[in-house]
Amino acid sequence: MSSKIIQAMYNDDDILMDAVKNVRAASHHIEEVYTPFPVHGLEKAMGLKDTRIAITAFIYGCIGFIFSIWMMNYMMIDQWPQDIGGKPSFTFMQNMPAFVPVMFEMTVFFAAHLMVITFYMRSKLWPFKKAENPDPRTTDDMFVMEVVVDGNENELISFLEKTGTVEIKVTEKH
Amino acid sequence: MSSHYEAPIRQPLIIGDKSYHDITVEVAAPVEGKANKLWWTVFTIALLAFLWGLGSIIYTIGTGIGVWGLNKTVGWAWDITNFVWWVGIGHAGTLISAVLLLFRQKWRMGINRSAEAMTIFSVVQAGLFPVIHMGRVWNAHFVLPLPNQYGTLWTNFNSPLLWDVFAISTYLSVSLVFWWTGLLPDFAMLRDRAVKPFQKKIYSLVSFGWSGRAKDWQRFEEVSLVLAGLATPLVLSVHTIVSFDFATSVIPGWHTTIFPPYFVAGAVFSGFAMVNTLLIIMRKVSNLEAYITKQHIELMNIVIMITGSIVGCAYITELFIAWYSGVEYEQYAFLNRATGPYWWAYLLMMSCNVFSPQFMWFKKLRSSIMFSFIISIVVNIGMWFERFVIIVTSLHRDYLPSSWTMFSPTFVDIGIYVGTIGFFFVLFLLYARTFPVIAQAEVKSILKSSGDNFKKYRDEGVPNPAPVILAKAKTEVSKEDLSANAQNLMGTIGVFDKETQTPDNLKLISGVGPKLEQNLNSLGIYSFDQITKMTEKEYNLLDSLLTTFKGRAKRDDWAGQAKNLKK
Repeated sequence: MSSKIIQAMYNDDDILMDAVKNVRAASHHIEEVYTPFPVHGLEKAMGLKDTRIAITAFIYGCIGFIFSIWMMNYMMIDQWPQDIGGKPSFTFMQNMPAFVPVMFEMTVFFAAHLMVITFYMRSKLWPFKKAENPDPRTTDDMFVMEVVVDGNENELISFLEKTGTVEIKVTEKH
Repeated sequence: MSSHYEAPIRQPLIIGDKSYHDITVEVAAPVEGKANKLWWTVFTIALLAFLWGLGSIIYTIGTGIGVWGLNKTVGWAWDITNFVWWVGIGHAGTLISAVLLLFRQKWRMGINRSAEAMTIFSVVQAGLFPVIHMGRVWNAHFVLPLPNQYGTLWTNFNSPLLWDVFAISTYLSVSLVFWWTGLLPDFAMLRDRAVKPFQKKIYSLVSFGWSGRAKDWQRFEEVSLVLAGLATPLVLSVHTIVSFDFATSVIPGWHTTIFPPYFVAGAVFSGFAMVNTLLIIMRKVSNLEAYITKQHIELMNIVIMITGSIVGCAYITELFIAWYSGVEYEQYAFLNRATGPYWWAYLLMMSCNVFSPQFMWFKKLRSSIMFSFIISIVVNIGMWFERFVIIVTSLHRDYLPSSWTMFSPTFVDIGIYVGTIGFFFVLFLLYARTFPVIAQAEVKSILKSSGDNFKKYRDEGVPNPAPVILAKAKTEVSKEDLSANAQNLMGTIGVFDKETQTPDNLKLISGVGPKLEQNLNSLGIYSFDQITKMTEKEYNLLDSLLTTFKGRAKRDDWAGQAKNLKK
């Protein structure tokens, strides 16, 4: 198995989109695409699966909701029911309306924070993490497509040259 | 190109002939450049105000809140007025980034970063007031449901003040992660541009190693959308819950079911006014007029006009309901607001909040930068007085006429308030010099649909400003990873000098074809002389450099063959 990859650089998102479609149509394997901003439709063109991060947010929200119910029931009803201002806390259902704001806030808190943490973990983003974009220009105005060399390298290079690339770099897989 | 189509009637959101690189350069410029004298002057004033506030806070904590102007009747005054004022201002940021994202409003891109920064900084100011008001701030953790030495004594979840703790802290922390997640690609841009090692290190640290992979962007967009969906009800809940601090009480003028929507509208109103105040200055100072356009300011003025009118309706509804309810305490509270000793505060509130935004119906006025700036200041003053009217005039004449009194702030009250304004501007000015103040990645994504030059290209047929495909690509084969091995190999077998020596026909070695010869040449091996010097070690090095034909050199004894061919 070859470990060589070709990095083709593009200077425009529309040219990149066409190139991605052409490369996929020629059944070459696109290892990765680095872009300076979200290019709409790129993940579809690359054939990436839909992200499931919204589903995790829903699950986390449910956990936060259940946790808030458990917490307030434990603290206000179970452990030390008190008569505060003539409003006794003896059953959960009687007190429930007063718990709604905190239930809502905890649901949002859990969903938002745990989803963002999941995103950071899945995309390997955290402090002291080294950036892995192949060229500093990919955060400015350049788009890099990495294609795995499988078979004839020169043929692939000349194929990529025809897709409108401005720079081609052959490198080892990192 | 049709995918970038936008109706010609829509105003461009990026002015001038910009390319992606121009956006990078112009957003990075305030960070990479040096601060001018004006910045230092304003920063110094803000810092002095902040220090005065800090001194006042320390004095308050050291002596007790008796140093404030509060008395037995007016137990809440400037502290809570300032708290609600700052929280209200903190509503525009999330509204712009979340609600406008859900509505797919492209004009949010130019202003969302600064609006979110403003949100976070003003919620920080807001949070200070209840904490100081506790008196014994070292016991501030008592507001959290933490296990403690009293065994099973927990916080009271029936109390709207505790709901507020949850609402404000959720709002602050969620706004912060929303802001920071959006900042990652822009910090990465600054990181990749940074020349000095210190800056590079800092921006590498804060960009969390953002690399801009397609999958990262896909998740980034989904996370932004879900966070917007979560933050929208959150932002509405926060000021709703702040209003519960009043609405769940039995004080005439506070016990009002209209409070939640009325507070939220007021919060959005004051928040947008503050965004206008800040951005009108910033676009000028940081040369960002191309991204924060007149169109942006006009649209914000429309939001100010609408929310101001909602607030006006709420004021009138309150008055009507007080009369219609037939409750004389309620009626007196409102009569006292308008005609009592604090009539001037009521008049300021009414004229600043209800009257002044109505000027925005005129296109000429709402598209005037100077006029927008003045109105934005007027609205902020008006919204401060709204909270003052609600809090102080409702309290100062309570159920017992013998305890009726007036409130006058002490220099400590004033000091803390001015101090938070100073602190806010210290944070905002530092932000303006170190953060990418425009969400440049998102702005780039709308350049082709909403950029002036691209719109002209589609609507008027001027040449396409998009980059063109170059005739010849620059191709380079990187040897960096193998350079050590290649150097080792060349060290023992000797470097071939193309100028003085003639390459041998390596295909004469049995087992070497045209493809392999090419590969060897690309490694710098051209002559039999070089190959004769190969031993076991060199064969291994060669294998590491060749991706195919591994082990063939040794098997076919190239060195021996080359020795014969050389003769």
